[in-house]
Amino acid sequence: MTAPSPASEPRTDVARALKHAAIAGLVSFGMLLPLIGFRTIQDMRNELVLETRPLLLASFVLLTIAGSLLVSLVLVPWKQRRAAAHIPGESVRRAHWRAHVAKWLVPFALGFVVLYPVIVLLGTGFGGAVKWIDNFGIQILIYVMLGWGLNIVVGLAGLLDLGYVAFYAVGAYSYALLAKEFGLSFWILLPLAGTLSAFWGILLGFPVLRLRGDYLAIVTLAFGEIIRLILINWVDFTGGYAGVSGIPRPTFFGIPFNANDDGFAAVFGLEFTPLYRTIFLYYVILGLALLTAFVTVRLRRLPVGRAWEALREDEIACRSLGLNTTNTKLTAFAMGAMFGGFAGSFFAARQGFISPESFTFMESAIILAIVVLGGMGSMIGVAIAAVAMIGGTEIMRELEFLKLIFGQDFEPTQYRMLLFGLAMVLIMIWKPRGLISTREPSAFLKERKTVAATFVEEGRG
Amino acid sequence: MIPDAILRVEHLTMRFGGLVAVHDLSFAARRGEITALIGPNGAGKTTVFNCITGFYKPTEGRIALNRGGPSLWNELDALTASSVRSRKGPGGSLYLLERMSDYLVTMDARVARTFQNIRLFRGMTVLENLLVAQHNKLMIASGFTLFGILGLPVYARAESAAIERAAAWLEKIGLIDRADDPAGDLPYGAQRRLEIARAMCTDPVLLCLDEPAAGLNPRESTELNELLLSIRDETDTSVLLIEHDMSVVMQISDHVVVLDYGVKISDGSREDVRNDPKVIAAYLGVEEDEVEAVASEVGL
Repeated sequence: MTAPSPASEPRTDVARALKHAAIAGLVSFGMLLPLIGFRTIQDMRNELVLETRPLLLASFVLLTIAGSLLVSLVLVPWKQRRAAAHIPGESVRRAHWRAHVAKWLVPFALGFVVLYPVIVLLGTGFGGAVKWIDNFGIQILIYVMLGWGLNIVVGLAGLLDLGYVAFYAVGAYSYALLAKEFGLSFWILLPLAGTLSAFWGILLGFPVLRLRGDYLAIVTLAFGEIIRLILINWVDFTGGYAGVSGIPRPTFFGIPFNANDDGFAAVFGLEFTPLYRTIFLYYVILGLALLTAFVTVRLRRLPVGRAWEALREDEIACRSLGLNTTNTKLTAFAMGAMFGGFAGSFFAARQGFISPESFTFMESAIILAIVVLGGMGSMIGVAIAAVAMIGGTEIMRELEFLKLIFGQDFEPTQYRMLLFGLAMVLIMIWKPRGLISTREPSAFLKERKTVAATFVEEGRG
Repeated sequence: MIPDAILRVEHLTMRFGGLVAVHDLSFAARRGEITALIGPNGAGKTTVFNCITGFYKPTEGRIALNRGGPSLWNELDALTASSVRSRKGPGGSLYLLERMSDYLVTMDARVARTFQNIRLFRGMTVLENLLVAQHNKLMIASGFTLFGILGLPVYARAESAAIERAAAWLEKIGLIDRADDPAGDLPYGAQRRLEIARAMCTDPVLLCLDEPAAGLNPRESTELNELLLSIRDETDTSVLLIEHDMSVVMQISDHVVVLDYGVKISDGSREDVRNDPKVIAAYLGVEEDEVEAVASEVGL
């Protein structure tokens, strides 16, 4: 490497930076004036009074200007310097390091999730363990599973589905109603709920076979809403808004988790605590999630999985090669829906109570956000995104110190969507194709090379 | 009519609203030959292809594929009169392609095609592209996914056979060293060859190539000629191709059909067609009686 010549030395252009900062300040002033500059408050006589907050507004505008200056005077030159001081072999070393991380990430993560309840117990003792295993472990794993299920439809087959929560709802209500009416056990109803969801997946698949892109998205969105509205309005069957309560909880192969003499704790000579059920549920959802992963990994290497990805890449080419695209799309919808149904029936069994409230469009959006953030098609990426999004939301509940900063009325979880949006914007700037955007080929002749994101299609239908 | 034809197109008409893209076209492609379909831009060549491969349903006409001996053609009228789309028997099978939808034309009748604008699975590796082409065979071997999920050896054997077959084709088109690279990363000429190999992996009896030499340099064009001749001579596949590049048409095709404005204007060996005044007129864009004047003007 030759030393960079003076001409290529990155220059910091102060005038330009100031101009940028001034524009940013002006824009933020214009935007924040109605948002922050004014506030209406009710006075003693119940009258609305307009309050102006010039100081707060000024501080926000100054903050924007300072941020803009920071970026253009410090951050950009620093990045340029780093790019200029290119160390030979750096990219190779980094690729090597990345391959190393990728190799150990999966076994390490697997070991961690298997030992997670033990780690929590050692860390918090019996008292706080339920919260950490239930709110974090189980909750995250449900979304990991939902993400992996939707990943088949959106990531592999490239069919944008905005109504995925419908299958989650079908699974949940299938378990809830069948368990309540017929008293069937969780392990019988789990495959049944999955089958019913897959059936509904095919049912949705038929009308949307000819639709692509935006049109497909709109119809799937409507489908999700239809299912939710049916759940609300068919009161005799589903209980309407009131939902279904008293859903039988899963048992340990016939032994219930309760304080009775034939309960789990008594049978095994332990002291009763609700923790055992939570730990059991944790391992059930872990098993289900791993099953999803195993099946999806296998399917990707089978002709059906390859056909899904080929469908995402080019549907017309698929048909010219004799692939029945109708069946290919329907199997993708059915497989995705089935895993959604599994997750749904687990959800109903864990909650003991379900209502249409749990199956709003927001859920579909969150699951889709997980898939998009993780990188469409990448299972590890989806899992990381689920941990970040769902774990992040739960962590925010725990951040008590935020109340000290923003006042006692501050409820951090209310800012969840704001943070989701922020995370999406940042990811789209930093990694527009998701956290892990490369594609692992399903077969190789000499060596397995990952396919760079630029070649991979995102699917148009 | 040619007795040993593999494909017969009879009175094919395709209308898009008021536009007649192909009008009353009849021709046949001989088994084991390379048949070229040529004509000026907008003559309706790709429309004919789309009708043959099931992407369009022709407004009128019959497209029949014979996978048996010449005597099988005697049954064509009986098949047309019936409501079924194919006749399979000990003497071979006969298909009415205009009754079949796109994927069935490839799966059942074994007609494969390539596209004018290359349609590879760009994000999949070169090898994966060739494996997708063997989908139907592998699907059966994987017990429609069930055996594959269970990891039975029957599927593993079928997959390694499919990979071997793909490797053989990659060897032939000179891309064996790039088998594990994404197809979108290949240079243009290699993508063209890969698309042909991918079509060949579906085990076709008729290979339809839509302008395979478009955008190729002279050396790549020569390589393509060799590839097509070897497909004709070494496999049981007959070739039907659309081409603008006269060097390809005149060097390798055994039989040339010329279209202009959706109507056949010439049909015969390449020498016949080359000297046909109607063809020259169509390519120069003038009336037939003006050909000599124009030809001497441009120095032909």
